[in-house]
Amino acid sequence: MEHIRTPKVENVRLLDRSSGQRKASVGTLYLSATHAIFVENNPETRKETWVLHSMVSSVERPPTTSSGGQLILRCKDFQIFQIFIPQERDCVCACVRARVCVCYSELYCLSFNPNVNKEEREESWNFIDLAADYKRMGVPNNLWVATAANSEYRVCDTYPSELFVPKSATPAIIVGSSRFRSRGRFPALSVFFALQAAVCRCSQPLSGFSGRCQEDEMMLQALMKSNPGSDYIYVVDTRPKLNAMANRAAGKGYENEDHYTNIKLQFIGIENIHVMRSSQQKIVDVGEMRSPSVTDFLWGLENSGWLKHIKAILDAGVFVARAVADEGVSVLVHCSDGWDRTAQACSVASILLDPYYRTIRGLMVLIQRDWVSFGHKFSHRYAHLDRDPKEVSPVIDQFLECVWQLSEQFPCAFEFNERFLIAIHAHVYSCQYGTFLGNSQKERRDMRLHERTHSVWPQLWKDRGKYTNPLYKAEQSQSQGVLRPNTSPYCFKMWKGLYNHAEKSTPPRQSPADFLSAVREESQQLEEELTNHQEPITWEKIEVPRRRTSCLPQRHSGPDPPTLYREPIASLAQDSSHTLSSAPANQKTHTKEPALSLPLGPHGQLKSHDPDDLSTCSDLESGVADLSSRSSSGGDVGKDPDLE
Amino acid sequence: MLLYIMEFAELIKTPRVDGVVLHRPFMPTVEGTLCLTGHHLILSSRQDNTEELWLLHSNIDSIEKRFVGSLGHITVKCKDLRVIQLEITGMEECLNIASSIEALSTLDLVSLMYPFFYRPMFEVIEDGWNSFLPQNAFKDLESMTDEWRLSEVNKDFSLCPSYPPLVAVPKDFDDETLKKVATFRHGGRFPVLSYYHKKNGMVMMRAGQPLTGTNGRRCKEDEKLINATLRPGKRGYIIDTRAINVAQQAKARGGGFELEANYPQWRRIHKAIERYNVLQESLIKLVEACNDQSHSMDRWLSKLEASNWQTNVKEILTTACLAAQCIDREGASVLVHGTEGTDSTLQVTSLAQIILDPGCRTVKGFQSLVEREWLQAGHPFQQRCAQSAFSNSKPRHEAPVFLLFLDCVWQILRQFPCSFEFNESFLVLLFEHAYASQFGTFLGNSAAERARLCLPEKTVSLWSWVNRPQELERLTNPLYEPNSLVIWPSVAPQSLLLWEGVFLRWNRSSKCLDEAYEEMVHIIEYNKELQTKVNSLRRQLAQLETEDPLLHTP
Repeated sequence: MEHIRTPKVENVRLLDRSSGQRKASVGTLYLSATHAIFVENNPETRKETWVLHSMVSSVERPPTTSSGGQLILRCKDFQIFQIFIPQERDCVCACVRARVCVCYSELYCLSFNPNVNKEEREESWNFIDLAADYKRMGVPNNLWVATAANSEYRVCDTYPSELFVPKSATPAIIVGSSRFRSRGRFPALSVFFALQAAVCRCSQPLSGFSGRCQEDEMMLQALMKSNPGSDYIYVVDTRPKLNAMANRAAGKGYENEDHYTNIKLQFIGIENIHVMRSSQQKIVDVGEMRSPSVTDFLWGLENSGWLKHIKAILDAGVFVARAVADEGVSVLVHCSDGWDRTAQACSVASILLDPYYRTIRGLMVLIQRDWVSFGHKFSHRYAHLDRDPKEVSPVIDQFLECVWQLSEQFPCAFEFNERFLIAIHAHVYSCQYGTFLGNSQKERRDMRLHERTHSVWPQLWKDRGKYTNPLYKAEQSQSQGVLRPNTSPYCFKMWKGLYNHAEKSTPPRQSPADFLSAVREESQQLEEELTNHQEPITWEKIEVPRRRTSCLPQRHSGPDPPTLYREPIASLAQDSSHTLSSAPANQKTHTKEPALSLPLGPHGQLKSHDPDDLSTCSDLESGVADLSSRSSSGGDVGKDPDLE
Repeated sequence: MLLYIMEFAELIKTPRVDGVVLHRPFMPTVEGTLCLTGHHLILSSRQDNTEELWLLHSNIDSIEKRFVGSLGHITVKCKDLRVIQLEITGMEECLNIASSIEALSTLDLVSLMYPFFYRPMFEVIEDGWNSFLPQNAFKDLESMTDEWRLSEVNKDFSLCPSYPPLVAVPKDFDDETLKKVATFRHGGRFPVLSYYHKKNGMVMMRAGQPLTGTNGRRCKEDEKLINATLRPGKRGYIIDTRAINVAQQAKARGGGFELEANYPQWRRIHKAIERYNVLQESLIKLVEACNDQSHSMDRWLSKLEASNWQTNVKEILTTACLAAQCIDREGASVLVHGTEGTDSTLQVTSLAQIILDPGCRTVKGFQSLVEREWLQAGHPFQQRCAQSAFSNSKPRHEAPVFLLFLDCVWQILRQFPCSFEFNESFLVLLFEHAYASQFGTFLGNSAAERARLCLPEKTVSLWSWVNRPQELERLTNPLYEPNSLVIWPSVAPQSLLLWEGVFLRWNRSSKCLDEAYEEMVHIIEYNKELQTKVNSLRRQLAQLETEDPLLHTP
């Protein structure tokens, strides 16, 4: 709290650049311990914008001008807020406040307190039960058993304490194998398919140029034997072969096929975290381009390499899934440390193999297992604290995007929609909940996160209504069984929902998914009404739910064309140049201070008092705005408004 | 007729081959008998459950043949971008088949085309040749304004060979003046009414370029004519679909553009929509990129970029939005032209109407738009659609002008999925039929040619087939809710997608997308069903209530 010398700044102008807002809105900026909150002066809308400090990835301070200071907040979910502050001094304070947290105790999840009691909090941590999921897959059984080798994290401190290994893998083999694997991450079960083949994961062997380890060889032998249907296993090294070879010089490397009997080694070629980090920066830049030409855009897309990397990860998942499902052969996946590319490959394969992971709860289970529990370094990768920037990399972003790309190819196969993926993405970065904090299970235990923070999963589950894909059909062919995606380059698109906020929201498009969800909801109400009508005594008149148009604010009008089509029409050019400089006359509207102690929604969420949120089309002619609101009332749809 | 059949018989050396194997992507291999008829390539397995292949020769863009021993492979590349393989045993048979296909698919005598031989197997409910008569369209206009009249000046196509017999012109201009104006415009295409914006009475006109030449020729009547469409004190916009330097160069060939000095009330804006040969090149490159087998992302993206297809889409859409913006937002009238006024001009005027006029977003309205702004307006379909992306011959007048228009419509449809009464299938259908069809609608290059060919008497209209309940059902958008507003599409490259339904149609399985579509239809249908049930129950209950007041007492 000591940072907050100026908790409230008035006459601030805010421009939500990422959503394509063109005119800054005037209001008051409040700085709480956890959020920057901007409240619009406009008494009609009183729109609130909440930006969680931990979501801010960088703060830029362009030089002060005569009209005051400026801050540009770039958020980890790729939103950009530009704030104009009249007083230089206030600007500095706001800037200081919005800097990155340095120690765990400053993180939001430790102060975030949803209105639940202790029991509910504990309950929330049990919401996702991994043991139950293993049971669902059919383990333990006569081939796979739980091992106590890693209890108290004795063998591997980045692994969970509960792990499944082949029955024939004795503790001695496990310990021996772990000594031969980077960071002690020995082969353990990720997903068991059709009671036959398994996907296992580990880290690279410490083989160097000639090293070998009997226990590790026995471990792989045990993996093979645990699948009686096949006489070999695939070892998938998800790194480019060159990188894997280079690792040998450092005493690491990959399995020598001469030392291990009955393995087939396969390199996939997913690039390392550093390549991915710079690639993501480039795709974010592409998303932020202002009026690029098609050439600029496609060149930027190609140059970023992002889609190429997404394809590589999906290809890795496809390879693993095919081996397991089509050939019935078990696969052991690793990269270097086995917590980034390995997590990606295993979880993509799981999505392809098992329809359960394509449900809302299933995806939670999958992320909990392959990412949270298996020691994906969340705090490092997503810069929860100000540490080594070289550790930061969008590893889970890429997994979520693979799922999104798949959902584009298989529109009925996933129970959740794009919003669910984006919500998970935001929670990974925001630290509002303790789920994604820390780098391993051990770290989370040491920090007593279960006592001090809340789990995100029950919250997401509670909101599942808005995360449901209306087209999902559990019983349909594409929802059942193994997904076999086409990974030709032309099947990949830029994920606009994540990287192109502006285009997503400026033209308030009609979304078929939202439309269908509304229709389904209406159908449900009608079904209820039908049942009610069966008993006429209890009958009371229920209004037919009005056409779903009302649920879809401003879907009829597009963006204001003048600036869009870039036409040098004098009067129009004038209009748009005004956007930043004109300050409304009625700045002295009374303001209501938001309760600083009540950080309601997640970070950076826009809260609008006006459900129709006209801010994005604020510069539309009023006549047009009128028409759109009239047509959303539904009654006179199709009637020509000009006749009136 | 007999003569024609004889002619076909000469071209077909081997009419029938057994044991031919057909390979199609994402479909099971079929073995059967290949038959060549005057207009079709037919492959039938003679089994009940397998689909037969019926391919119009006119749909074939090019073929390739190669031999492995005596086994011949013929690759047939179609104008709808489908690629199929035929395996034929026996070198002679294979060569005969290949040369027959080649000959039959390149017949360019219009009167030999299939539409003249096709007899409908369906009941014509409404003859499409009479569905969209200019007189009827004009009646709608008359109900809104009395400033325009329907002129018969081009009744015998002598004034402008590419115009229809009836055109809408400002009321105060007599036919004599029009004749003078026609001499000043390319191809005699004097300014005519394309669209009347009911909301504010502004209009969009289209024409050919003015024939100013290098010495700046002017035509008082032309100036008067277009000024007559302006409201007092208002300015108008001339949208020239060519870049300024292209327009300048046109002067040397007798063409040109309106000089500000002579048209002081008009502001000229130049936009750069590519000409037809460049567009054809773009299509060829795009299709090649889509069929690239290398599986490399970099290669795909750079080929996509190099094709310039999306750039063309963006440019056309942007220009159409500009025209719509001038009319709706600026409250100004607009004149659109390029060089001939038969290609880019029509792309712009028709797309602007889609944006402005909700009527054009209905099935019938869109048909009427295609009829008005493309067929009647003299887009040379036969020349432009003679060859598609696989053609080996040097392009002459071929260009995907209409396909680009459809692509732009698809982009708007995708951005406003609830505002169109028709779905993507309708657009794909129009693309297919523009290139190869059993119907006469897209034959010929102008209304004059169609009249000469007696198409309404001798062929069936595509609209006759489409406007039947069973076809309409397939082409109707389940999400449609009439939207009376202007829709402004985004033209940012991030918002423009590759039209997969056309360009990747044969490169991927559509099963999952089809399932999704069916599910969508199901959700909507189920909802409608429930609404009906609930409403009838409500009525019953209301009735009960009035009959038996006791029922409602607690």
